Amino acid sequence: MGELVIQNLTQTFPRDDGTALTAIEHLNLTVSDKEFLCVLGPSGCGKTTLLRMIAGLDTATGGEILLDGERITGPDPRIGIVFQEYSLFPWRNILDNVAFGLEMQGMERDERYRLAEQYLDLVGLTPFAKSYPSELSGGMRQRVAVARALALDPVVLLMDEPFGALDAQTRNMLQHELLGIWEKTKKTIIFITHSVDEAVFMADRIIVLTPRPGRICEVFSIDQPRPRDRTSVEFAKVRRLVLDLINQPKCTLP
Amino acid sequence: MGWAPVNHAQTRKPERWLGALAIILALILWEIIAEFIVGDVFYLPSPSDVILAFISLVQSGTLLMDIEVSLLHFAIGIGAALVIGIPIGIAMGWNRRIDAFLDPIIEILRPIPPLAWIPFAIVWFGLTNASAGFVIFIGAVFPVLINTYTGFRSVPRIFVEAGKMLGCTKNRDLIRYIAFPSALPSVAAGIRIATGVGWMCLVAAELFGVSKYGLGQKLWFFYNLHQMDSVVVYMILLGLIGLAFDMLFRYWIDWQFLKWRTGEVA
Repeated sequence: MGELVIQNLTQTFPRDDGTALTAIEHLNLTVSDKEFLCVLGPSGCGKTTLLRMIAGLDTATGGEILLDGERITGPDPRIGIVFQEYSLFPWRNILDNVAFGLEMQGMERDERYRLAEQYLDLVGLTPFAKSYPSELSGGMRQRVAVARALALDPVVLLMDEPFGALDAQTRNMLQHELLGIWEKTKKTIIFITHSVDEAVFMADRIIVLTPRPGRICEVFSIDQPRPRDRTSVEFAKVRRLVLDLINQPKCTLP
Repeated sequence: MGWAPVNHAQTRKPERWLGALAIILALILWEIIAEFIVGDVFYLPSPSDVILAFISLVQSGTLLMDIEVSLLHFAIGIGAALVIGIPIGIAMGWNRRIDAFLDPIIEILRPIPPLAWIPFAIVWFGLTNASAGFVIFIGAVFPVLINTYTGFRSVPRIFVEAGKMLGCTKNRDLIRYIAFPSALPSVAAGIRIATGVGWMCLVAAELFGVSKYGLGQKLWFFYNLHQMDSVVVYMILLGLIGLAFDMLFRYWIDWQFLKWRTGEVA
């Protein structure tokens, strides 16, 4: 299972001048099991804040987040995350990076390497098991980060603009690969992006956030079958629709 | 930079020859000045005097004992600096309250020159090996502590958060599996500085008669006998052993960290 219910979520940060910045305000959202949800919005609209709260890295000022009916109060093994920045441990080789979470669970060496190798194979990086992160390209590093998050077999996978720092070609390739992995492993994925193209290519459903305070401005379901063709007329139509949605005044103005 | 190693090898060889040439020229110049201009072994022993002194010192047979005793003093000092400096550095780097609590004391103690502790070294430890070790410890502990602290302070937050998300949530585990490996290059750099400073404290630490042997002890012993050629032998030994330490350590750091921090470790 992997149903995520967000109820009345609010997050405010105190500012130096004594006032408070409301990053997220009364946000309600239900993400169903095995759904691929994209969160779209301009920089500073609270996308990352939202994700960090789901991850349990930050505590909300108000409201709650429930995973399969259970309240999230801190980092949870059922939730995995892939960060935008490169977060692989540079002192561990690739295999040891992927095996890290299993090692923390106290799994035997042979067993965790066997599992880690499977996930490394899933992202196509078996030949690089003994390499160090500094020897890998940006795209390869994010693949490893995906494998590392999946190795713990979470039900929800959070992704914070994971391909944001990559070139367009690599990004397209990784989007394609991620969809393949999602088909195989059937996780609930919450994917943050500012790229309409990326959202339309991958999502079952797109939510658009408003900037400061972050609220849900639009919800948009995409029922086009996958694999979607970025150059097709239907794709262009959906893309334009979403672009029009995010450019509405109510979605762009605070 | 694929061309770098090639270029490196091409320029390295002539440079090495130049360095060796400079040493030979300096020795010749030294010999000439000592022999024909100064002409007094007490004021300036010549290289040949030094070599002769070295040979007689080898024959009289205390050299190895001296090195052994000095290494013992050094090991006591550095060992204590690691055992005390690293845990305090970790505690201060990891916990802001401990940092705020201990920082003023450390900032007050740190500028006191290690040699100023010699009276208390004698009072507390007497004329023992531990006493010399204590002076070396004072010189070595602060670089270890400060670098460990800095290393822990600059652990990227993203590593800690990634660790937490992967089930590494206890403070002890975060320090062991995330913060310590991340800070290790900085800790290692601190240890390297500490070995340098500790070695410099050695001569002074052995000056006040803690042992019958020791490189620093013998340096003062031969000075009192006005055998300056032997003094030079011990000076050169101190320099060469210090250099060997530094080279070994550098080699170890490179081997340990180069694979994951290409080009970052100086």
